[in-house]
Amino acid sequence: MDPVVILHAGVASGTVLLFATIGEILAERSGVLNLGVEGMMLIGAMSAFSVTVSTGNGWLGLLVAMLAAGMLALLHGLVTIHFQADQVVSGLALTFLGVGLSLVLGEGLNKAGAISLLPVVTIPMISAIPILGPILFTHQSVMVYIGYLLVPAVWFYIHRTRQGLDLRAVGENPTAADAMGLSVQRLRYFYVWVGGLLAGLAGGTISLAISPGWFSELTTSGQGWIAIGLVIFAQWDPFRAALGSYAFGALRRTILDIQGPQTLFTLRNPFFYNPYLGFFLQMLPYAFTIGVLVLGSRAAQRKHLGAPAALGLPYVRGERGH
Amino acid sequence: MTTPPLDGPRPKGRLRWPFTLRIETRLDSPRGLATWVSIGAIGVALLLGALVLRLVGGDPWQAYGHIARAAFGDLGVFSDTLVKATPLILVGLACSVAFRMKLWNIGAEGQFYMGALGASVVILSGLVPESASRPVTLTVMLLAGMLFGALWGLIPGWLRARLQVNEIITTLMMNYIAIAFVNFFVFGVWSEGGFQMTATFQRSAWFPRLSDFADQWPGLRGLTTHFGLVLGVIASAIVWFLLYRSRWGYEIRLVGDNPKAAEYAGVNITRNTILVMMVSGALAGVAGMSEISGVVHRLQTAISPGYGFTGIIIAWLAKLNPIMVVPVSILFGGLILAGREIQPAGVPRLIQGIILFMLIASEVLLRYRIRLVRVAAEG
Amino acid sequence: MERIPPMTAVPLAVEMRGIVKRFPGVLANDQADFDLRRGEIHALLGENGAGKTTLMSMLAGLYKPDAGTIRLRDETVSFRSPRDAIARGLGMIHQHFTLIGPQTVTENILLGMDEPRFLLKLRDYDRSMAELGERFGLQITPTAKIWQLSVGEQQRVEILKMLYRGVNVLIMDEPTAVLAPQEVEELFKTLRAMAGEGKSIVFISHKLQEVMAIADRVTVLRQGRVTAPGILPAATTKEDLARLMVGRPVLFAVDRKPVHPGEVVLELDRVCADNDRGLPALQRVSLTVRSGEIVGVAGVAGNGQREMADVITGLRRCTEGRIRVHGEEVTNRPALRMIQIGVSHIPEDRTHVGTAPNLSLTDNLIMKTYREPPLAKGFTLDHKAARRKSVSLKAEYAIQAPNVEVPTRQLSGGNLQRVILARELSLKPRLLIAMQPTRGLDVGAIEGVQRLLLDQRDAGAAILMVSEELEEILALSDRIVVMYEGEIVGEVQERDPALIGMMMTGGKRAPSEGRAA
Repeated sequence: MDPVVILHAGVASGTVLLFATIGEILAERSGVLNLGVEGMMLIGAMSAFSVTVSTGNGWLGLLVAMLAAGMLALLHGLVTIHFQADQVVSGLALTFLGVGLSLVLGEGLNKAGAISLLPVVTIPMISAIPILGPILFTHQSVMVYIGYLLVPAVWFYIHRTRQGLDLRAVGENPTAADAMGLSVQRLRYFYVWVGGLLAGLAGGTISLAISPGWFSELTTSGQGWIAIGLVIFAQWDPFRAALGSYAFGALRRTILDIQGPQTLFTLRNPFFYNPYLGFFLQMLPYAFTIGVLVLGSRAAQRKHLGAPAALGLPYVRGERGH
Repeated sequence: MTTPPLDGPRPKGRLRWPFTLRIETRLDSPRGLATWVSIGAIGVALLLGALVLRLVGGDPWQAYGHIARAAFGDLGVFSDTLVKATPLILVGLACSVAFRMKLWNIGAEGQFYMGALGASVVILSGLVPESASRPVTLTVMLLAGMLFGALWGLIPGWLRARLQVNEIITTLMMNYIAIAFVNFFVFGVWSEGGFQMTATFQRSAWFPRLSDFADQWPGLRGLTTHFGLVLGVIASAIVWFLLYRSRWGYEIRLVGDNPKAAEYAGVNITRNTILVMMVSGALAGVAGMSEISGVVHRLQTAISPGYGFTGIIIAWLAKLNPIMVVPVSILFGGLILAGREIQPAGVPRLIQGIILFMLIASEVLLRYRIRLVRVAAEG
Repeated sequence: MERIPPMTAVPLAVEMRGIVKRFPGVLANDQADFDLRRGEIHALLGENGAGKTTLMSMLAGLYKPDAGTIRLRDETVSFRSPRDAIARGLGMIHQHFTLIGPQTVTENILLGMDEPRFLLKLRDYDRSMAELGERFGLQITPTAKIWQLSVGEQQRVEILKMLYRGVNVLIMDEPTAVLAPQEVEELFKTLRAMAGEGKSIVFISHKLQEVMAIADRVTVLRQGRVTAPGILPAATTKEDLARLMVGRPVLFAVDRKPVHPGEVVLELDRVCADNDRGLPALQRVSLTVRSGEIVGVAGVAGNGQREMADVITGLRRCTEGRIRVHGEEVTNRPALRMIQIGVSHIPEDRTHVGTAPNLSLTDNLIMKTYREPPLAKGFTLDHKAARRKSVSLKAEYAIQAPNVEVPTRQLSGGNLQRVILARELSLKPRLLIAMQPTRGLDVGAIEGVQRLLLDQRDAGAAILMVSEELEEILALSDRIVVMYEGEIVGEVQERDPALIGMMMTGGKRAPSEGRAA
């Protein structure tokens, strides 16, 4: 139960959640709810591992993972944006599709791979900073560092660029955006696609870096859904997303470690003596997600924040005049 | 009343195609169109599934043929199909009821597990003595299953009604929590000999099944269809009655269609949200109990190969109609049964996913109509 | 009305001639002419549905006219989109703002522009926006988020948006509808400043008082036609304008028996309520309606009528004041209670509130009666009885539909109204709140509906009727009150359309009861 170890692992596995959450944030900011994250992540994980094992190139695997998940996302986009089907059901269908597809195509994949297939890096000098160094910059997968860079980059994109301005407009008030000349459809397709790319990246990160290998559905074990909950906790902001993702990662590691020692803070460790209590620990991430949602909903109501106003609603160029 | 679009697409160049495609909102709904569209969607889905199978190197027609035979080939396998269909009917009903009110209950899986747990608890804790008669035992188990399932639906329902917390994620999370909870009891509290299951329940906790009557009717030998199916059909009738013949069902449908109109009509939406989620959970709980009493006769891990999620597809395919849920469930029951033997393992899930996708994509045909319209020469 | 001879030396900023525009079922503009001089504030006056917004929408590039020409400074133009129009210097600010709530003023102004292409140097642009605002006397905080601003401030942002894009002709659609009195003054100052800088402004409004105060010239529209082309306010009177707006009443041959009103059924006592945006919509409204009488509420839509209906029927919170029905205190009681004590409501919004589009005709018709016998039997709904009832209602109210199972979304607007009327009137209510009861119906149907309302009245119902059609108010009402800006500005004794028109547009207040202390 070493805090440094826990936080180190937290940042590592949290990176997966981070990618998925940020992807969904971008999609939802444009007004499209994509519940298919779990399916897209799984396809990403499967394709990344499969391609890497056959070609030996981890980066290629990641690329394929992103594109595969992106294609699934575009399907969701087509059905919800053009056909105006219900976004909830379409997302669920996408999950089934993604999970089924990855199980079928991943059949027979060698489950091997305990070592990371992507570079693991320690940054000199910075890794010597007390506390933060060993946690953040020592012996972390390159994906983790990509995550560090992604967060401020996405924030900057959303809040300080013209494109980000358009993104926010389309999700808040598509009627106004349309009136001001923005193409609501084109932008939504784009960001749904990007959401898919990032979900694929998340999946690839699992199977190549964090828990290398292919373990069918256990590869993701519901992290796609947790990511969706985290989006609400993050109030659609990349920095809060990072906070939530890393915290969840740390939680998962804590759950693993807490069953080890005989004493916990000088008290008898119940989890050591009764290993079946571990099941309650397993519940924690999911219970926490619910808690996070409750807090998020109330905070939103209090502080006049909240979801992009047009989230989940199909945009139809309405009747003008009367 | 729609205003014509500002400007149609301008034909470019010399050659002017004198027609244009105009997409209009459909004002009528020809009888049977919905059914044909659904059938068409499934057909296309099966074709796509075949394509994927071919890509993976499998033989799709052999696979489909196998499914057909393995599910409906003879009385024995059909009986097994019905066994698989039984929990599907109940879960499909659970989802239908909730979806009618636009409550996205994705937690039928968890409510299923809790129902199974409830039914098992009354036996394993000794609440119902071994000496109790079969009707009493089964009734108590049923009530417990409903209660536990209803509770599991109540929590996300309350959160949604009172705090506007998104029920999609909460019900989903409750799934994982329920499974872990059940596992605790299976591995920890009541484990039999260290295995992942409890002791087998007494005979009085078993649903009667067709093969019980093999002495009188030898043809029934080996048929495992159990009383749960009867429960499912009864539940389907009850839900139908509830939705279409009761005042409450009317309110549910009204809220689902137009909450503002429901408000205007004086309906209490908060109360209905909570109640509907409880009913939905209770139905899924009965499914769990039915699986315990009818099939496994003990509490164990992995009682459900994802019934809760298949229930969503069934509900959607049945267009939320409780009567249609029955035949659709039988279809999917066959798919799940036969699918167990198909390689690769994800095929049934994949086909389910494609079917659902095609279904929602095809709904656009019900809402819009494409017409070829002659365009007057540009002035 | 004198016609000012055209100043031929100066080319007109805008000239519209012979404009015709049709929508399915309605002729919105009928041979309308309109011209606008450079640097003038020209008001377009008329009631709802007179065609003012439609006419200007064509100028702004939203629609194309079916006939007629538009010229800008002697050049004939045709716009394909609002962007086209803005590129030529014509911009319109609509009643519903096109602003993004969580974004800042600067971000909103920059939305949709080509520059800057990538990086938003917000601080620099903040400064530019502030400078632009100062130039035209518009006080704004560029870094404020839209949701933090008052409506008046939001409107300033909309104006700045147009100015930033180099618009020279600014069309404002009912700009004062959402403003408080002080904000109106601010707006007028701004408009005068802009006109002084050579901008031309079209001011669409139904409010006489304001039009007289701000406009250089006034054009009046009524039912798609121009009844007064570009006249000087100084050369006319409010009464004349009102009459041009509202026209002469055509009294229907509806025989209304003399009224013997009974006891008081509805009492509104200094009721206040807010609208959906949280701004006050009802200001200390007091009103009584007795059984056996029809009280007609005249007024242009958007002056608090909807909020009043909502408050009475339990769909909206009343923030102050009391409501009593038959002496029973019902302030803020839930909608169900109001239904139970016999209050019927014909809502303004047929599709989004009054009916459930995917449910059958029968389901829609039983919305108020399903809780009681004969339709309710214990927990169940007697569907046969429901069907019988709906079949008979369908016949009685001449609802045109293939059968009673069709979903109501397939019905035309007029038929939808018939469904609602059938449902509400067949209840024999003690109190009926009727919002725009004949909107969208053809003449024959209108007569039928009015007959029905009178029948209810004769049977002793108390009816509060809100209608935009002054003729209808005059024909049906036993008493007439006028609503303007959330207040009852008075009860009308003499049935003079000009007088009522003036009260509807804020031109006059009757010194009578109904006015809050």
